[in-house]
Amino acid sequence: MTQGFIIHNRSVMWFIGLLGLFTLLVTLGSEAMGTGVISTSLVKTLGKTLCLCLIAIAMDVVWGYCGILSLGHFAFFGIGGYAIGMWLMYARTETIVTESLARQVIPPTPAEVTDAIGAQIFGVVGSSDFPLIWSFADSLILQLLMVVLVPGLLALVFGWLAFRSRVTGVYLSILTQAMTLALSLYLFQNDSGLRGNNGLSGLQNIPGFESTPQATISLVFFWGSALALGLGYLLFAFVVGGKMGSIVQGIRDNEARVRFLGYRVEGYKLFVFTLTAVVSGIAGALYYPQAGIINPAEIAPIASIYLAVWVAIGGRGRLYGAVIGAALVSLLSSWFTGGGAPDVNLGFYTVQWTDWWLVLLGVSFVCVTLFAPKGIGGLFDYLIRKPR
Amino acid sequence: MISLLEVSGVSKTFDGFRAINNLSIQINEPELRAIIGPNGAGKTTFMDIVTGKTRPDTGQVLWGERNESLTGLSEAEIANRGIGRKFQKPTVFENQTVRQNLAMALKNPRGPLAVLFFKEPRTDADRISDIAGEIGLADQLARPAGELSHGQKQWLEIGMLLAQDPRLLLVDEPAAGMTAEEREKTTDILKRAARTRAVVVVEHDMEFVRRLNCKVTVLHEGHVLAEGSLDHVTADPTVIDVYLGRSDA
Repeated sequence: MTQGFIIHNRSVMWFIGLLGLFTLLVTLGSEAMGTGVISTSLVKTLGKTLCLCLIAIAMDVVWGYCGILSLGHFAFFGIGGYAIGMWLMYARTETIVTESLARQVIPPTPAEVTDAIGAQIFGVVGSSDFPLIWSFADSLILQLLMVVLVPGLLALVFGWLAFRSRVTGVYLSILTQAMTLALSLYLFQNDSGLRGNNGLSGLQNIPGFESTPQATISLVFFWGSALALGLGYLLFAFVVGGKMGSIVQGIRDNEARVRFLGYRVEGYKLFVFTLTAVVSGIAGALYYPQAGIINPAEIAPIASIYLAVWVAIGGRGRLYGAVIGAALVSLLSSWFTGGGAPDVNLGFYTVQWTDWWLVLLGVSFVCVTLFAPKGIGGLFDYLIRKPR
Repeated sequence: MISLLEVSGVSKTFDGFRAINNLSIQINEPELRAIIGPNGAGKTTFMDIVTGKTRPDTGQVLWGERNESLTGLSEAEIANRGIGRKFQKPTVFENQTVRQNLAMALKNPRGPLAVLFFKEPRTDADRISDIAGEIGLADQLARPAGELSHGQKQWLEIGMLLAQDPRLLLVDEPAAGMTAEEREKTTDILKRAARTRAVVVVEHDMEFVRRLNCKVTVLHEGHVLAEGSLDHVTADPTVIDVYLGRSDA
């Protein structure tokens, strides 16, 4: 079935092909392969970009296809990052602590080891006790499960409450925004159990692979991100491709009509909202080990708004549009704000892109919305003749 | 002929305005029924109550042989009991093809998971082409519904209703904005549908109602003013007073 499905969706075939080619080129050019055309930090940036593309297609499904303008999907992304970050930090600190305690004359008790790990991790927030939410931090499997379960359950409960009460449109957007803001503000507190505004750091060091160079680790994560994006793309193309896609787009265009056809709209919205939240969590879990650090600022409302901007610029309602938007805008953003773009001297004023990038982004967003509502992806409609 | 829908003593007030006032209507299966009445007579509210969009303040809406109460059910549950509704403005899914529109309406499992892994049985394609033939859109199946003319959209929506295979069709002003020729065709479709089902048509246009040639219920200020053949109700002095007198003016 899957094979026929790919062949019947030419855009899916193209996407998977191009993604594979891109992965191959980056691999060949990476430092890990000895060529070094592409620096390790660039490999990381590209890997992170793939993760952003993954959350962007999730956003496209929930907004572009189902019409739910969620301004909170980055919360799920962040939760995924925190979940994997907890294990990364715990396991790495455990290695360090065990090594240093091993030099003592009397072997340390397990309780002493745990205390020492706690003091290491929570010293910055003036604590040394493990909060309850770290109960499973020593188990990679359980934390990986958290990557999926926590965003999924949060989305399920939040969505159930919101959709059941028939909250729609801008009110729902505000609610989702409030959700991510509340989560972010909570995490900023030192007693939240996740190191307050320090967040979790050192995530690029993978426990058990201390002697592996970052060049190799970054490449492996790049592969992981590419694989996740490919699988995510296939999954969502399958979801929005068949009859499900019909119903979901029907809900976007006329919710009441779908109800009178006998479909329980709430169930569909909940399904889409939760599924995309889970994929966002996975994207976050792949992103933050490449970023090396996660802190509550990452899930501030602005991040989720950017996500909507990417999808709008790339083109709503087509998966490749979301990928184009996320890749283009996030890469341009790091180029402009990272000092890559040369300042423009106008004589009377010097345009510094670190300050003016947001203005440029805002203007392009307004222009796309006004003049090209289909986004960049809409250009493909002109290139490809519609089969009649 | 059995009693399919029984609305009895239903009232609904919106912010002090009595939209429906002790309304009682009974619909049989099969039957073709026209409901007429001036603006604000409660025609649309009546449909909203039957389809679950609005909950009545008092009264009962009973359905089918087992006299099941519909008042506590959701729109989707009521639709799945066998009540289809056509809106006044044609509401088809414009971005999707005629075939997709009809396929969504076809009687099939309605749950998200069943839909996600849905494989169209061969009989569905036949059903779709039958219905498309019935509504005169057989050669339009691959077109996006948004490209259809106004009349064609109205027919597509009636087709979607038929695809749901409901026992009761509630049709709100099907002839609005149609040419004389299109009206005739619409009348035929509705009359044919009413051979095996209950069809309730809410209409403004007396000429259209005359062509339907069926029992007429006149609503006024939220309750039934008169009921019977069109000739009978148009001869009723109270009807002439509140409705016909005004529309002639």
